[in-house]
Amino acid sequence: MNETILSIRDLTVSHAQSNILNRINLEIPSHRVTVILGPSGCGKTTLLKCLNCLIALYNGLEIQESICLHDLEILHSCHDLTTLRQKMGLLSQRPYPLPMSIFDNIAYGLKIQGLRNRHEIADRVAHYLDMVGLWEEVKDRLKSPATRLSIGQQQRLCLARGLAVEPEIILADEPTSALDPISSTKIEEQFLALKEQYTIIIVTHIMRQARRLADHVVFMYLGEIIEQGTPEEVFDHPKNPTTQRYLTIGH
Amino acid sequence: MKRRKQIEESVCKVLMAGATYLIILTLLFLIFVILKRGLRSVSWEMITQVPKGGYYFGEEGGILNAIVGSFYIAAGATFLAFLIGLPVALFMNVFLTRHERLLERIRFFMDVLWGVPSIVYGAFGFAVMVYLGIRASLLAGIITVTLLIVPIMIRAMDEVLRMIPQGLLEASYALGSTRTEISFKVFCRQALPGMITAVLLAFGRGIGDTASVLFTAGYTDYIPETLLQPVATLPLAIFFQLSSPIPEVQERAYAAAVVLTVIILVVSLLARLLSARFKEHVLK
Repeated sequence: MNETILSIRDLTVSHAQSNILNRINLEIPSHRVTVILGPSGCGKTTLLKCLNCLIALYNGLEIQESICLHDLEILHSCHDLTTLRQKMGLLSQRPYPLPMSIFDNIAYGLKIQGLRNRHEIADRVAHYLDMVGLWEEVKDRLKSPATRLSIGQQQRLCLARGLAVEPEIILADEPTSALDPISSTKIEEQFLALKEQYTIIIVTHIMRQARRLADHVVFMYLGEIIEQGTPEEVFDHPKNPTTQRYLTIGH
Repeated sequence: MKRRKQIEESVCKVLMAGATYLIILTLLFLIFVILKRGLRSVSWEMITQVPKGGYYFGEEGGILNAIVGSFYIAAGATFLAFLIGLPVALFMNVFLTRHERLLERIRFFMDVLWGVPSIVYGAFGFAVMVYLGIRASLLAGIITVTLLIVPIMIRAMDEVLRMIPQGLLEASYALGSTRTEISFKVFCRQALPGMITAVLLAFGRGIGDTASVLFTAGYTDYIPETLLQPVATLPLAIFFQLSSPIPEVQERAYAAAVVLTVIILVVSLLARLLSARFKEHVLK
């Protein structure tokens, strides 16, 4: 088993007395693709947002948890939130490119990190666009607005933007749900290529996608983790009746 | 039954369409009347000269003093209101997003201020002026008009910033941006077209308002050279000339109204064109 990069202990998120997440205990293996699977509304997205503290943006939630990144407590402590978030790139359901040019979208993260040298910025922008396979498509129009790209290209741009901040972990919240099948495949290919260097956590409700990508599958239902293990264990020999039912309906 | 619904549909449609066309026609009629009565007296001389002796009895001169004065006041006030309004709107939408109750109260308060009649601002400005010992002047006028348009500016910007999708905020946070970076690098860009509209809306309101400058700006035949000199404004130029018993002077009041209307139209058009120009980066 790989070394653990994130360990979550007793994470509970509640809203007006009802639990959205109920005592989640989870270890995320480093340099692997962990897929969090489950029906809509089971708390997958909330779990993801707890990891990079975006949950703090929401009102009226009560959060009790302990999440450790490399044995370092991340919530509750007065940890520097911006540094923490830079360790985790986020890819959301639909792409939200920043309201600037393609080039500036990538350069934004570099500049936040204090990079000033123009040549270096230009090199790195090209590098990250190349990593997501976008360079050939956009190299002639780096100055045009990011919003003019197709939605699939925008999602890859957002991935490149996240990578430019040099995270250790990539959080992806149903990253292909707004995309057409071809763009989805491209994003999936990126993930498989990236897992050498990054730890990837994907939230999805698409079982085929989970099977294609996962090294480790976590099945969630009504705010709880019901079953987890390797894809073979969860998909081929599910122990829990709820998982079995979900898998049969989904197939 | 089906017949009844059809009748209901057509009656409603006729009523709504009627109201719409009526209001458009009224506005067109307003512009027509102003133009008809004023256009004859609009001349190059009028917009390039200050009043000469006897101008208010129908003799030579123009209302350049009022045109320039109105621009000074509106531009100064818009600038100040922007300096105050932008931080407030950003604070509300970046820092206070979790404090919904407080936000609701601030918005309500701004709406109340928006609704306060401008003569009240004029009276308030006058009281402050007396207290500070300043005479009616460009400075006093700018301050009063600033107070008048600040709530408009804030609410207009606030509405634009509110429309920014939560996902963009989250994406920016996820990149490790601080709130300041989000405010100025992301939100200001996303909201730029709307902000331009907000600024020009406030400018238009500022240049057209009469009551707030009635006591505070004074009136003069000259273009002010310092902030402490009194200043003429277009709305007051209309008011004074229309009060005259001499028909030529009354006609000039309409001419001044034409000038003011044209300025407002140009400002509105500018708002449209400029915000359309900056829309290409905006995420929908």
